Amino acid sequence: MTTRILAVDDSPTIRALVSKALRNAGFEVFLAVDGVDGVGALSEADPDLIITDINMPRMDGFGLIENVRATGAYADVPILVLTTESGADLKARARSAGATGWIVKPFEDERLIAVIEKVLGR
Amino acid sequence: MSDMDEFREMFFVECDELLEVLANGLRQMEAPGFDKETVHAVFRAVHSVKGGAAAFGLTTLVTFAHRFETVLDLVRSDRLEVTPQIMALAHRCSDCLTDLVTSARAQVDPDESRVDALLSELDALITPEDDEGPIEFVPLTLDFGGPLDFDLPPPMPAAPPAPGLEIAMTPGHQLYRSGNDPQALIAALHKLGPVAVALETAGVAALADWSPEEPGLAWRITITGASYDDVAAVFEFVEDCCALTISEAPVEDRPEPCDDPLPEPAPAPPVAVAVEAPGPTVVPPANAPANASAEAPQSAATIRVALDRVDRLMNMIGELVIKEAMLSQVIQTAGLHEQPDVVAGLDAIRQLAGDIQESVMSIRAQPLKLVFQRMHRILREAADATGKPVRLVTIGEQTEVDKTMIERLIDPLTHMIRNSVDHGLEDSVTRQRLGKPVEGTITLSAAHRSGRVQIEVSDDGGGINRPRVRQIAEDRGLIAPGANLSPAEIDQLLFLPGFSSKDEVSALSGRGVGLDVVRREIMALGGRVMIQSTEGVGTTFSIALPLTLAVLEGMLIQLGDQTMVLPITAVQETLRPEDRMLHGVGHGTRLLSNRGELIPIIDLGATFGLEAPGALDSGVLIVVETDSRKRAAFRVDGIFDQRQVVIKSLEQNYGRVPGVSAATILGDGKIALIIDPEEIVLSLSNDQGRRLAAMASNG
Repeated sequence: MTTRILAVDDSPTIRALVSKALRNAGFEVFLAVDGVDGVGALSEADPDLIITDINMPRMDGFGLIENVRATGAYADVPILVLTTESGADLKARARSAGATGWIVKPFEDERLIAVIEKVLGR
Repeated sequence: MSDMDEFREMFFVECDELLEVLANGLRQMEAPGFDKETVHAVFRAVHSVKGGAAAFGLTTLVTFAHRFETVLDLVRSDRLEVTPQIMALAHRCSDCLTDLVTSARAQVDPDESRVDALLSELDALITPEDDEGPIEFVPLTLDFGGPLDFDLPPPMPAAPPAPGLEIAMTPGHQLYRSGNDPQALIAALHKLGPVAVALETAGVAALADWSPEEPGLAWRITITGASYDDVAAVFEFVEDCCALTISEAPVEDRPEPCDDPLPEPAPAPPVAVAVEAPGPTVVPPANAPANASAEAPQSAATIRVALDRVDRLMNMIGELVIKEAMLSQVIQTAGLHEQPDVVAGLDAIRQLAGDIQESVMSIRAQPLKLVFQRMHRILREAADATGKPVRLVTIGEQTEVDKTMIERLIDPLTHMIRNSVDHGLEDSVTRQRLGKPVEGTITLSAAHRSGRVQIEVSDDGGGINRPRVRQIAEDRGLIAPGANLSPAEIDQLLFLPGFSSKDEVSALSGRGVGLDVVRREIMALGGRVMIQSTEGVGTTFSIALPLTLAVLEGMLIQLGDQTMVLPITAVQETLRPEDRMLHGVGHGTRLLSNRGELIPIIDLGATFGLEAPGALDSGVLIVVETDSRKRAAFRVDGIFDQRQVVIKSLEQNYGRVPGVSAATILGDGKIALIIDPEEIVLSLSNDQGRRLAAMASNG
C-alpha cells in the first residue's frame, strides 16, 4: 500500500517542489494551501504523514498541528514542519505544538525522503 | 533539468503576486488604524519570496528578504512602532526586493551597493536577540552547490565508526504525543548497524497508578558499527522529550552481530493509552472546505492564452460584423427587409455579433492596477530626487483597458508623474508659506467615459506659471513675441516639441519636461491629452483613450466615388468655408483663415489621385491637427458617417501605401482605406519646402 502524505504550504512553488520530490519517491501526495484547507483535507487524504509550512494565511502551521493532534483519528500521525527558520526557539514551539520533526528549507529531496522514512519507521 | 526550469518560472510568477500583495499591504499600512492581518500578509509575502528563493539558491534574494522579514516581524509583534520613516524604508525595501526578483529572473547581477545600503538601514533596527535565524540559515544557502543541483554530500561528518554504543532511552509523554514512535527510532538505528534491544518495564507503574504523563517504558539499545553523530542524528527530533544517554558500550556488552533483522518492537501499550489521553477532543472548525488536493482554490480559475490567438478571434469577429452588414444590405436590395422573420433573425445576429465583439475585447482588457501600482514607485523615486514630500492617491485602478495599451501607457504616465512632482508641486517651504499641507498630493485616476478611458494626473501645486511659459516659448522662438494667446493656448505650449528639452528647464519653475513626448505617445494610441490648470490650486492632465487598438473611431468621408476613413482623434472641426476665409497664395496653394490662423488646404481627392482638385464651395473642409501640432484643412466631397471600424493591416495584406495607415471593410463589403493625416500633412510641408527652394534657386 502506498504511503499517503498531505503537504500543506501556501506557496505554489514549494507545493510543486515538495510534491515532485515525494511523488518521485513513490508516495501518494495530497496538497492543501493553508491550515484551514489542510484540516479540511484530512479525511480525504487520510494521510500517513503530514508536512506543513508554518507561516500561512487563515491558519498557520502551529494551528494546523494543534488541530490535527486534537482530532481522534489523526492524533498520532507524524507531522513534519517544513520551514525556513531554524532557530532553537522555533523547534521548541513546533515541539510543544506537537510536531514530530522539522526540515529546514531549502530541502534536498534525499534528506526529505530520509526524514520521512525515519519518522515512519521504514 | 526542464522540470526545475518550470518550477523556477512558477516561482517568479508567484513572486509577482507576492510582490503585489506586499506593495498593496504596505500602502494599507499607511492608513491609520490598519488591520493587523495586513501586517501578517505583508510578512508572509516577504517570507514566501524568501522560501522560494532559498529553494533555487538565490542567495542575495534570500539574505535581503530575510533581513526585511525580520524587521517586519518586529512590526508584527509590536516591538517596532510603525512610523513614517519605517514605512518609507519598507517601501524602498519592497522596491529593492522587486528589483532583486527581476534581476534573479533575468539572471543578471543586482545593484549590490543599493542592497547593502538598505541592509545596513535594516540592521540598525534589529537588535541581536531579534535575529537568531540567519546565523544558522545563511550558511545553509551557501552550502547549496548549484541552484538546480541537490546532489550534496550527506550532512553528517564521516567520523570513524565507534566500536559500539549503548543507548538508554526513556521516552516522556511528549514523544508519543508528537507522533514520534520508539519503534521508528529503533528501525532507524537498525539501518546504521546491528542492534540489540532490551525493553525495560521496571519503570512502568502499576495499572491503577499509571498515568499517561509518565509512560515509564524504557529501552536499552546497543549498536555496533555506527558513529556517535549518526546515532545522535536519529534522536534529533526527540532529544528533549525523552531521557536519553548515548555512551560507549563496555566491551563485554557488545552484541554479536545478530541475524535478527529487526527486534520485534515491544507491544507498546503506552502508545495507545497516551494517544487517547489528551482531554476532550476538539473538533476542528466545520467551515474548512473539503477540497483536499485542489491547487490554490482561493482565486477564480484563469488560463493563460497567447495574445495572437485572441487577436485572431478579434479579427474573425470583425469579419462577422462586416458580413452581417453585407447580409443586411443584400436583404435590403432583395426587398426582403419587410419580412418580419428575416428582420428578427438579422437583428438577433447583429446583437450577438456585438456581444461577442464586446466579450473578446473584455478578454484582452486588463485593469490599470498594474500600471498604477508601478506609479507609486515612480512617485517615491521622484519625491526622493526632489526632496518634496508627496503622496499618491489612486482612484479607479480597476478600470480596464486593452492589454497592449497597458504596456504602452507606462512610459507616458511615468513621465507625467515625474513632471507633476518636479514642476507641478511647490517645494515644502513655499507650501508652508501658502498655508498648504507640506505634503503634496498627486491624484491618479481612471474611469470609463462614454466608450473611452479617461485617465487623469492632477496635483495640488501652484498651477501653470503662464507668464513664465510664455517667456520660454518666446525665447525659444516657438511663438511670435507679443502673440495674443488665451490661457488655454498658453498651456498648450507645454506640448510643443522643443519647448523644453534641456535639463536647465527642469530646474525652473516652468513646466513641461518632455511633454511633447507624452503627447506623441498618447496620440499614437489614438488618444488625446488635455491640460487644465488653476493658479495656486493645481494642474490636471487628462488623457482620453480608446478602449482598444483593434477598433478605431473614424469619420467616413467621400472622395470621388471612394469612401475613406479619417481617424476622429485627428479631427478638430469640420466646416463649409465662406469666401472671405479663403486665400490663394502662389501657384495653386490655398489657405484657410481660421481663428486667426492661416492653415493650408489639402485636397484629399487630388492628393490620392482620385479626381481633379474640386471647387472649395462644393465640398467640406475638415480641420485636422497632427501629432506634431501641424494643422491643415482637408477638402473632401462629403462626410456621411462616423462609426467604429475594425482595423485591418494593409501592410500585412497588401503593402505600404503612402498617406494610408490601415484599411477596414465596410458594410457593403468594400474596402476603405484609413487615412494617416500625419503623413499627408508632413509630405505637404515637404513639398512646399521643395517648391520654395526651387523658386528661390530659379529666381
